[in-house]
Order: sequence, then C-alpha cells, then structure tokens
Amino acid sequence: MKKEIKMSDYDIEAVMGRLLITGVIVSGALILLGGIYYLIQYGFSVPHFKTFRGEPSNLRSVKQIFKGVIHFDSLSIIQMGLLLLIATPVARVIFAVIAFFIEKDFLYVIISLIVLAIIAYSILNVATG
Amino acid sequence: MTVILFSLIVLAGSFLAGLVGSLTGLGGGVIIIPMLTLVFGVDIHYAIGASLISVIATSSGAAAAYVKEGISNIRIGMFLEIATTLGAVGGAMMAVYAPTHIIAIIFGFVLIFSAALSLKKKNEIVVYTEGGKIANTLKLNSSYPTAHGEENYAAQNVPGGFIMMIVAGLISGLLGIGSGALKVIAMDHFMKLPFKVSTTTSNFMIGVTAAASAGIYMQRGYINPGLSMPVVLGVISGAFLGSKILVKSESNWLRILFAIIITFLAIQMIYNGITGQI
Repeated sequence: MKKEIKMSDYDIEAVMGRLLITGVIVSGALILLGGIYYLIQYGFSVPHFKTFRGEPSNLRSVKQIFKGVIHFDSLSIIQMGLLLLIATPVARVIFAVIAFFIEKDFLYVIISLIVLAIIAYSILNVATG
Repeated sequence: MTVILFSLIVLAGSFLAGLVGSLTGLGGGVIIIPMLTLVFGVDIHYAIGASLISVIATSSGAAAAYVKEGISNIRIGMFLEIATTLGAVGGAMMAVYAPTHIIAIIFGFVLIFSAALSLKKKNEIVVYTEGGKIANTLKLNSSYPTAHGEENYAAQNVPGGFIMMIVAGLISGLLGIGSGALKVIAMDHFMKLPFKVSTTTSNFMIGVTAAASAGIYMQRGYINPGLSMPVVLGVISGAFLGSKILVKSESNWLRILFAIIITFLAIQMIYNGITGQI
C-alpha cells in the first residue's frame, strides 16, 4: 500500500517536471524572438531604466499584452513570454489540485486550492486590469 | 550607451550570475539586483521585477532535474507554500510603497546574512522517524533514497517551520530573490528534515513563491520587457550550464569567493541606501 502511494507521488512529480520544462522552453523562445525583434527595432536608441515611471498600461494586463502581440509589437511579445514564465509554477499548482483529487487526497486538494487562491489574488489584477 | 550594448552587457552579467548562483546554490538574484542598480543605475523596482522572473525560470528549469531523483516532498512543499505565497504577496505590497533606499538597505543586510550562511559548515542534523501530531495529520512524513537505501524521515516543529516560511516569502516578495537559504533553514533547522529533501523541496517552492509576487509587480508596471529580456535569457542559460557542472566539482573555493563578492556588494548597497544614492 505504502509503495503504491509513493509510486503515484513520483508520477505526479514527473509530469510536473515535464510541464515546467515545457513552460520554460516555450516562454524562453518567445522572449528570445521578441528580444531579437526589439533589438532590431530599438537597438540604437538610449535605454531609460534609471528612474522609475512604471510601464505603460499596455504592458500591464493580459488583455493589452494580447492585443500588442496580435499587432506584432516586440515588447508585447517579450511581455507575453514573461507572463507565460510566471504562469508555469501556477500551472504546477493547478496540476497538483487535479492530481491530489485523482489520488483522493482531499486534504491536499484543499491545501493546493488555498495556495492557488493566494496566487490568484496576485495574478487576477493582471488578468482583469 | 545604446539599447543593444546595454542588453548585451546585461545578458553577459546575468549569464555569470546564473552560473555562479547555480554553482553556489544561492541563486542569481543576489548578484543581479546589485549589478543592475549599482553598475547600471537601474531603478531597484525594475531590477527586482526582472530578478523575480529569472528566479521563476531557474526554479522551474531545475525542478525537472530534481524530480527524476524523487527526493523532493510535494506535500511538505505544497503545505508550506501557503506560508511562502502569503508572505510573498505581503512583501510585494510592501515593496510597492517602500522607498527605494530603504529596500536597498534591507537588501544589503539580507545579502550579508546569506553570505555568512553559505559559509557555515553544514552539520548533519539528526533525522527523526517519529513525527508530531500535526505532521502525521498533514502526511508530511516520507522516505527518501540514500546511499544505504530508502530512509524514513518525519517532520518536527511544523508551526515553527511555517512561520519561518512566511518570513522567507516576505523577503522574496520584497527583494525579488528566491530566498532559498531561508527556506532551507525552515526545513532543516526547524523541521529537522534531511538536508537533501530540504534543498530540493525548497527549489520546488521558489517558483511558486516568486509567481505569487510577480503578478503584483507586473500589475504595478515593475516588469520591464526590455530589461527583463536579457536578464531572464542570461540567467536561464547560466543556470543551465551551472547545473551541468555541479555534478563534478565540490566548489568550496567558489563558495568563499562568492561570499566575499556578495559582502562587498552588500556594503555598497547599504552605503548607497544610507546616502540616498539609490
């Protein structure tokens, strides 16, 4: 019995690992592509990171970022990649909820949902803003 | 300086930070933020935003490798993530309102603390096989593969570990670092888990913790794509290379060198913070 539980835990982790790696590769590729395009476009202008002004609102919310990506805006493509990178660990928690549910470990379904709720509180502002 | 030159230098610096951070186990954030703020004069809020994303990338990237060994404990990780994500959201909110020079000073002290910690000799802790009531209810006890076969372990002092994790999350959200060192303290010092279990589980948690504060940073406009792009790409590739080397060398001298560099950076951060140059 104990062996069985151990085994399925390991399976969960293995799928999670693959999920994370895929997320990192896809978002890394997006950031790289957007980055090259960005450097071609703005490579010879002067950067302005010295004083904080906040990013324009079109790079702060999912909806605006999507809009920018459709218009092939380089900074929006990078931001999309960054957003995807932030989403990889979140996907892991969502996956854990499902996996614990299949294992019928309802205590951990609840624990995972609590973690998800806290992250959602932070991310939801980006999603709806 | 043009954007292309700036991006290339930051890319190279972040690559080094990711490489050394992975070799020493301290992570890239502790190097990246001082580099961006002290060398390039980047506003610390931007630097934190970029570092947070790179922290997520390295954690997610490394997790896949750890998973194969089957050492990390997902139940302990998930349970303690309640504490770290709560702390992270709180820390990110504090960072939004805290003036930059205060953040710089706190950062400096956390750096010195991490440097000291990384030099401390790891004394093998006694691993318990009998857990307390909370640990049993939460099913935190498990076993892990060692040289002499599967060994059982049980978590002690769960409330203590939980509180320490809130602090770790707070520091991570406030300063944009993984604060893996604090997470390891919570698990091996407070909860008496085997060191290997602590480090791998901590790595698993770092990404989730950072994601909890990254949302707030992005919504506040602290995530700059032009700056984050070279930082993230540099750190990912550096950390990837580092994970390949780690297997071969013990890297003791590297740890000492890194601690010296960090202490130097820390003093600089504190000085610039006090004189209001940051």
